[in-house]
Amino acid sequence: MIDDFLLRALLGGLGVALVAGPFGSFIVWRRLAYFGDTLSHSALLGVAFGFLLQLNLTLGILLICQLLALLLFFGQRQKQLSSDTLLGIFSHGALSLGLVVLAFLQDVRVDLLAYLFGDILAIGSADLWWIYGGGGLALAGLLFIWKPLLAITIHEDLARVEGLPVERINWAFLALIALTVAVMMKVVGLLLVTSLLIIPAATARRFAGNPEIMALLASLIGCLAVVGGLYGSFTWDTPAGPSIVVAACGLFMGSFLLRQRLA
Amino acid sequence: MTDNNLLELTAVDLFVGQRQLLKQVDLKIGRGEILTIIGPNGAGKTTLLRIALGLLAPTTGTVQRQPGINIGYMPQRLHIDPTFPLSVKRFLTLTGNQQRDKVLPLLKEVGAAHVLESPLQNISGGELQRVLLARALMREPDLLVLDEPVQGVDVHGQIELYQLITRIREQRNCSVLMVSHDLHLVMAATDRVLCLNRHICCSGTPEIVSNDPAYLELFGPLAVQHLAIYTHDRAHRHDNCTEHGDCR
Repeated sequence: MIDDFLLRALLGGLGVALVAGPFGSFIVWRRLAYFGDTLSHSALLGVAFGFLLQLNLTLGILLICQLLALLLFFGQRQKQLSSDTLLGIFSHGALSLGLVVLAFLQDVRVDLLAYLFGDILAIGSADLWWIYGGGGLALAGLLFIWKPLLAITIHEDLARVEGLPVERINWAFLALIALTVAVMMKVVGLLLVTSLLIIPAATARRFAGNPEIMALLASLIGCLAVVGGLYGSFTWDTPAGPSIVVAACGLFMGSFLLRQRLA
Repeated sequence: MTDNNLLELTAVDLFVGQRQLLKQVDLKIGRGEILTIIGPNGAGKTTLLRIALGLLAPTTGTVQRQPGINIGYMPQRLHIDPTFPLSVKRFLTLTGNQQRDKVLPLLKEVGAAHVLESPLQNISGGELQRVLLARALMREPDLLVLDEPVQGVDVHGQIELYQLITRIREQRNCSVLMVSHDLHLVMAATDRVLCLNRHICCSGTPEIVSNDPAYLELFGPLAVQHLAIYTHDRAHRHDNCTEHGDCR
C-alpha cells in the first residue's frame, strides 16, 4: 500500500502534467516561455495578497495572475518597450514585490521554499479539487478556442483578414494560461512552473507530426516525468518538485539521443 | 463608390507619431483588374495594403470595400516556429469551414501538389509562395491581396508566379491587388501600376508609368535598365512557349 500523501501527490502531479501538455505546446509554438515565467513569478504576490485579504491562497494567486495577464495584454500593445523588456520588468518586479509584502506581514510565517519550488507532498484534497477543477476548466477553454488559436499562431494578420476575433482569442488564451499557472504552483513551485510547461512539449516535438499529437504526447511525457520524479524523490529523499523537473530533462535528453540513433 | 469597384480608398493620410507615412493616396480597383503598387523600400507599400485590408485605420480619408466580398490575403512573410508540427495540408484547412476536398485541386492549380504532406517549414521559398497563394484561394476570393508574392524566388520562378497570377485572374475573374518592389517583371503581368513613394508619384498602364518622368526620377537609371530587361523577358518567354508548347 502506498501512503495517502503519496497518492495525493501522484494524482496532483498527473493532473498538472495533463493540463501542462497542451498549454506548454502553445507556449513553445508562440515563444511565450518568458511570458509563462512572468505569470508564475507573480504568484508570490498572489500569496501575499491572499494572506492580506484572508483569502484562499490559490484564489489569491489566481486573481493576481489574471490581473497580470490583463496588464501584459495591454502592455504589449504599446511600442515603446520591446515585449521581453516589459516582461522582465513585470516578472522580477512582481516577484520582488511579493517578497517585500510578505516581509511586512509580521504575524505570517511563510515557508518560502514551498512556494518557490513547490510542495507536492503536502497536497491536500482541497488542492486536488483546485487542480482537477481549475485544470479541467482551463483545458475545456483551450479546446473551445483550439482551432482559431492555431490559425492565429500561424499568422495573426492572416487570421484577422479571414475574420477571426484575434484580440478576444488572444486574451482568452492568456487568461487560461494564468489559470493553468495558478493551478500548477502547488506542485512545482513558481520558479519551476515554466519548465513543466515547456520541457515535455519540447520533448514531444520530435515525435509529433501534427499539433494535436504533440499536445497529447506532451501530456504523457509530463506524466512520465511526474511518476519518475516522485519515485526518485521517494527513493533518494530528494525534493519532489525539482526531481520532477530533473526527470523531465532526462526524458528530453533521452529523446534527443533516441532520435539521433534512429536518424 | 461606384458599383464596379471592389475597393476604393480616397484621400488616405496616415501619421505615426509626427511622421507622415502616406499622403493623400487614392486607390481603386475594379472587378477582374490587376493593380500593382511599386515603389522603393520604405515607400509605404505594405502599409497601404494593410489599410486596404482593414488591418490598419488611416488617420484621415476613407476606405470602402464592396459589402460581402471575399478577400484572399497572401502575407509577405510567414514565420512558423520550427517546433510547430504543421503539414501543408493542415495549413490549408485551418481556417473557417473549408472543405478538405478543395485542398488538392487548389495545390494542383498553383503547381504545388507534391508538397501536400510536407511540413510547412521544409518546403522551398517558391513552394511556400505557391502554398500561400493556394491558402488565399481557399476562400474563393473576389479580391486577391498579395504582398510581394515573388519574394525569395529566382528570376525564372518569378516569371512563372506572375504568369500563374495572371492565369488565376483569367480563370476566376477575381481582382488582384499586389505589392512589388521589383520593376520589370511585374510590368508584364499587371493592368495598372501605382507608383508610390509616400504619395502617389504616378499611375496608369505599365507603358504610361514606365515613361513617366516621376517614375524615371524615382528609380533613376534602374528604371531604364529594367525596361531593357522587361523587353528581353517578353521575347524570352515567347520562345519558351513555342518550344515546349506549354506556357507554364
